[in-house]
Amino acid sequence: MLRRFAIAALVGGMMASAGSAAAQETITGAGATFPYPIYSKWASAYQKETGIQMNYQSIGSGGGIKQIKAKTVDFGASDAPLTKEELDEAGLIQWPQIMGGEVLTFNLDGIAPGGLKLDGPTIADIYLGKITKWNDPAIATLNPDVDLPNTLITVVHRSDGSGTTFIFTHYLSQVSDEWKQQVGFNKAVAWPAGVGGKGNEGVAAYVKQIPGAIGYVEYAYAMENKLAYADMINSAGSVVEPTSEAFQAAAANADWANAPGYYLILTDQPGEASWPITGASFILMHKTQADPATALRVLEFFDWSFANGDDMAGELAYVPIPDSVVELIHEEWKADLKAEAGSPIWKQ
Amino acid sequence: MNVRAPAIDSAFRQATRAFALLVLLLIAGIFASLVAGSWPAIGKFGWGFLFSEAWNPVTEEFGALAPIYGTLVTSLIALLIAVPVSFGIALFITELAPVWIKRPLGIAVELLAAIPSIIYGMWGLLVFAPFLSRHIQPWITAHVQGVPVLETLFTGPPMGIGMFTAGIILAVMIVPFIASVMRDVFEVVPPVLKESAYAMGSTTWEVVWNVVLPYTKVGVTGGVMLGLGRALGETMAVTFVIGNAHRLSASLFMPGNTIASALANEFTEADGELYTASLIELALLLFFITVIVLAIAKLFLLRLKGREGKGT
Repeated sequence: MLRRFAIAALVGGMMASAGSAAAQETITGAGATFPYPIYSKWASAYQKETGIQMNYQSIGSGGGIKQIKAKTVDFGASDAPLTKEELDEAGLIQWPQIMGGEVLTFNLDGIAPGGLKLDGPTIADIYLGKITKWNDPAIATLNPDVDLPNTLITVVHRSDGSGTTFIFTHYLSQVSDEWKQQVGFNKAVAWPAGVGGKGNEGVAAYVKQIPGAIGYVEYAYAMENKLAYADMINSAGSVVEPTSEAFQAAAANADWANAPGYYLILTDQPGEASWPITGASFILMHKTQADPATALRVLEFFDWSFANGDDMAGELAYVPIPDSVVELIHEEWKADLKAEAGSPIWKQ
Repeated sequence: MNVRAPAIDSAFRQATRAFALLVLLLIAGIFASLVAGSWPAIGKFGWGFLFSEAWNPVTEEFGALAPIYGTLVTSLIALLIAVPVSFGIALFITELAPVWIKRPLGIAVELLAAIPSIIYGMWGLLVFAPFLSRHIQPWITAHVQGVPVLETLFTGPPMGIGMFTAGIILAVMIVPFIASVMRDVFEVVPPVLKESAYAMGSTTWEVVWNVVLPYTKVGVTGGVMLGLGRALGETMAVTFVIGNAHRLSASLFMPGNTIASALANEFTEADGELYTASLIELALLLFFITVIVLAIAKLFLLRLKGREGKGT
């Protein structure tokens, strides 16, 4: 479904470009697939307003990092942030541009969306293969009112490397020491159990087909496809539903100001209302810019998106970055992005 | 006679030779770039890469055993199903079918070959897998209980996806290739040979087994190899139905992985030199497996040739 939006946005962009003058300013970027629908939607709206074209290739976070290091694109995009050391080594800065949440979807007869509550340690044990039946006491104590069947749990995970997996496994590492030691977190991991589906759609298709299956997908994807999802018990111990407000609560509690290089992963954030599996997608640029005019165009595009893109983000079930964080990002641009002569590129 | 004929001939010969050499050059180039790309992984893991089941991007430990096993097992299942079926199709079309049905059948087989593999994958995942999990797998599991070997091969929850499903989908995909090659070569058997055999009182089966097959064995083996090559390298259709788990399981109902589907799944997001190099080494292994399979087929044909005339 997201892909359909993406195509619509792309087609929109093409039509707009056909209408305007052939010679025009373009900026190019490459990277993460997770934010692709919203970036192309922004790009199409931005082009209508300013005539500046933004080309974004969703080749994956790993590819985006490689491309920006090789300077073949004006900016890179990654779902997993680089650490401060990695940034310094490559001479890059990064900032969060958009956020989203992930939900667990399941296939159990007679249990509606939101009819199931799960907490982090239980999910970790399910994905470790330690909890194998739906009527396991660990799940039953969380759901005293639900009549849980004696069905085998089939774990479904992503088979392709993915920022979605990075965020999900990072969450499990936060809530389970055993997961942290045995598996760890990355865009792909050595899964102790289960089957792998390619993309959100692959995971969703497996979950729909295998009775007793459980899988993790992006919230936007689950919403578009009306998948059954589970409510979560967060680190404050309260039950939360996956909503934009819950994702925003997680983002608002995040301490961006004290995260060097914005290395901050939004899983398991404190706060009564915080959705525990929330993540941000990041933009990467070189600190020293040989072509300040192009760099400024990139910054102007993302600044315009911060200012005008929130509604579009909401339509696609993404969560915009809070204004307080946008101010920090502006500061960062001013302080760290320089032309070769040493003058700052962002002056507003 | 054209006075420039020798010049034209020579130019033509040069051109065709250049094209032929281009193939060799391409293969050498692919081989060289695969070796260069996988060098970090070869240096780190050595021969152990072939025998290790580990595939852990977090700790950067990689081994190819599970994808090699999955590739070979799914292709073997595909051949076990596809060869007899294709043989039957080709035989029926060339020897037994009434004339009016030959053409439509032939065209139908060729149409099957033209379907893009992703369609097979989607059909496999959305239609065939649920059918398998509801009706076929429980039946098989129930009926092989207590039978040694078979019992281990067909246990596990009926998920509908896994190596068994992938093998069947591959079989459907390679049947048209094998069948159309077999049909073409069966048709070139001189009628006089077959008619002589019939005149001696042979049954259809005897004619096929003792006249048609020996006459066409090179072509038939070629067709089977073509199908096998496709099965070994098939990517999208397998990725949809195999379950993509880097694990070795004795049961065919369990999820597995093949080399091609591991590459398709993981290449875009593979970061870190060792991870990328390990994936490229997988590609190198697929290259070797294909070469070995072709070599075995050639040897097999040579042996058949050596036995010729000695009676069977």
